[in-house]
Amino acid sequence: MASGTELIRAKGISKRFGETLANDNVDLCLNKGEIHALLGENGAGKSTLVKILYGALEPGGGSLHWKGNLVKVANPAAARKLGIGMVFQHFSLFEALSVAENIALALPKSVPLKQLCADIIEVSGKYGLPLDPTAIVADLPVGIRQRIEIVRCLLQEPDLLIMDEPTSVLTPLEAEDLFKTLTRLADEGCAILYISHRLEEVQRICHRATIMRHGKVVGACDPAKETAASLAQLMVGGDVHAVDAGAQAMPGKALLQLTDLNHAGEGAFAVALESINLSLHAGEVLAIAGIAGNGQGELFDVISGEVKTKAAYDINLLGVPVGRRSINDRRRLGAAFVPEERLGHGAAPDLPLSENVILTRHASDKDLVRAGLLSRGAALRSERRLAAQYDVRMAHENPEARALSGGNLQKFIVGRELDRSPRVLVINQPTWGVDAGAAALIRQALIDLARSGAAVLVISQDLDEIYEVADKIAVISRGQLSEPAPKDSMNREQIGLLMAGLGEAKQAKAGKGH
Amino acid sequence: MSALEPMLLTIITASTPLLLAAIGELVCERSGVLNLGVEGMMIVGAVAAFGTAYTTGSPLLGIVAGMLAAVALSLLFGFLTLRLMCNQVATGLALTILGLGLSGMIGESFVGEPGVKLSQISIPMLSDLPLVGKVLFGQDVLVYASFAIVGLTSYVLFRSRWGLILRAVGDNHTSAHALGYSVLRVRYLAVMFGGACSGLAGAYLSLAYTPQWTEGMSAGRGWIALALVVFASWRPGRVLIGAYLFGAVSILQFHAQASGVTLPSQLMSSLPYLVTIVVLVIISQNRQLTKTNSPACLGKPFSPDR
Repeated sequence: MASGTELIRAKGISKRFGETLANDNVDLCLNKGEIHALLGENGAGKSTLVKILYGALEPGGGSLHWKGNLVKVANPAAARKLGIGMVFQHFSLFEALSVAENIALALPKSVPLKQLCADIIEVSGKYGLPLDPTAIVADLPVGIRQRIEIVRCLLQEPDLLIMDEPTSVLTPLEAEDLFKTLTRLADEGCAILYISHRLEEVQRICHRATIMRHGKVVGACDPAKETAASLAQLMVGGDVHAVDAGAQAMPGKALLQLTDLNHAGEGAFAVALESINLSLHAGEVLAIAGIAGNGQGELFDVISGEVKTKAAYDINLLGVPVGRRSINDRRRLGAAFVPEERLGHGAAPDLPLSENVILTRHASDKDLVRAGLLSRGAALRSERRLAAQYDVRMAHENPEARALSGGNLQKFIVGRELDRSPRVLVINQPTWGVDAGAAALIRQALIDLARSGAAVLVISQDLDEIYEVADKIAVISRGQLSEPAPKDSMNREQIGLLMAGLGEAKQAKAGKGH
Repeated sequence: MSALEPMLLTIITASTPLLLAAIGELVCERSGVLNLGVEGMMIVGAVAAFGTAYTTGSPLLGIVAGMLAAVALSLLFGFLTLRLMCNQVATGLALTILGLGLSGMIGESFVGEPGVKLSQISIPMLSDLPLVGKVLFGQDVLVYASFAIVGLTSYVLFRSRWGLILRAVGDNHTSAHALGYSVLRVRYLAVMFGGACSGLAGAYLSLAYTPQWTEGMSAGRGWIALALVVFASWRPGRVLIGAYLFGAVSILQFHAQASGVTLPSQLMSSLPYLVTIVVLVIISQNRQLTKTNSPACLGKPFSPDR
């Protein structure tokens, strides 16, 4: 348990990415044998902070004391030499290599492979994380892959182990094993810096917690003495932005309906969607809150048609079952989609903006295609109109998409879709990485669209944004969607609890009652 | 018996340049760099080797010169693709065109001149063995070297830490960088190794295969070497098999033509290429085989973000 001896002290850490200050004068201190939680919403700057501690990012300012001495962690190898190990949120494994080879690469010097295999079996057995050193990583499930990363750290006998959302990819059973390992490590004197959104977890295993919001440390507490609700409140912050959404007219008829939508994700990190029901009405903005990686991307993909569902009828768009229809079919019906990833999904990075207009609108806009041929003039005119209307700032006429800053490109992409006056708009992370001015413009545009009679579905991780734009709020957690409720009836605490998965038990009970 | 020995000897002669060039490219691709300039590096190696051997009379100096010339060209490729992050495919093609042009210009005065032939090294006693003696133990230094390089490459790639780092860089350069390895340094070295091997292959062509200089004498062997790397699914042992299979088919069709097989000669000459295509197609069918071995970062440029 916490012996009280200071292990690491970070003071005044700052880091800037472009226009955003990811870390603003952050202080953090850990003692030996302590499990220390780092809490905060997405984008609060937690990952940036731990990457700086691990030497994967260069700090913009501040100092680091390790066991009382001022140190400079130039790179991850230096961090490992000091005794800092890290398990990444997205694994840093080599898929084509074996378990033993992956581990060998992280060790400072060459160890004979046979010796290493024996060490792996010994250490992994000791901590209850059995591994087969000869297995190829590509063949292994996610839980085992994380085990490799942990054992890789343990073999270096670290004094500090950093874990970035370790349970986000684990099954409950796997998570249970992990907690045992962590508790045991802490008992042996290893400090653990634990990043998680799951508040019950933090309460169960962490001795102390530091809470970050918008790049700053906003508080510290003993999680065992807090309630999950008070932790959630600390995380999302009590202050609510002034809402200027105008009066909502009576919602019209349902334009988009999801009926018992189930979808097994593809790929190792995918979240399966479980019996999702939702109806989106004309004239309203419905926002889906949730922590990253709980199925938002998958939900967007099936609604937009990037991924087709098994049955046609589980998605009903403007009265047409479209589960098996293509994106362009859905656009022709009057829907528009803005994906989360701007470069690569929302826009083709190397094409000029005018051609990016053609990309999503050639099927639905009659002006753009004449007698089967693209009209570049019409595309250019659209591009100019959008740039002026949505204040897209660019260095020269009709630049490539990648030349625009994130905020400007997002204004362009949102404008491109709004310009069609869609009847249904689905938008994922409308203002992610966008500066405050552009964000306000985009949010206002979404509200105006809904007030004009369209239906708007916003998927966002930013609660402030959700309160600003939404009429109704639903929360997605582990692929399940809560019942949408009017904004006024949902406070941040409730949302925080639903986000952290605490609402599931209640829902499950309620479900059984039916 | 007596007909078999010359046939085996010519098969070795035909296969060695392919083997040398392919094993170099294999190492290069294992690090994640696709260098399509093998043909260009090979022919520059050939003309440098011929010119040096012709001027100094020493074929060994010629070999060294051939290697150095090809390494210089590979360094240019490395600088363009790794440092300036040019497209690897386009740069590789340009390298081949450059190499073919450059060698033609340098070699203009060598056309028709008698070359210096690389001498055979007979291993005493063993080379006197019946049948296999001359074939296995009476070859020139580059043939021995080609086998040694394959063995060594296989050992280093799969048994040493260097090889592990090289494979790691080719599989996931972001992770390799995150672990603190210098992706670009590893790739520069791999590209240079590829250049050196192509240079050896070129030197073999102009000093042993046909000891003279003719423009364009690499005759597409660089491209065959590239195909062999895929054929071998990035495994050194399979490169050896592939190179000799191709060499054997191309020699056998000569013998078949000579012994009066009635197939059109054009079809017979295209046989090695057809065999390569067929085998490539068969290998591509087996997803497991190509997927687990092909370097995941092949052809992708790397720039660390900090």
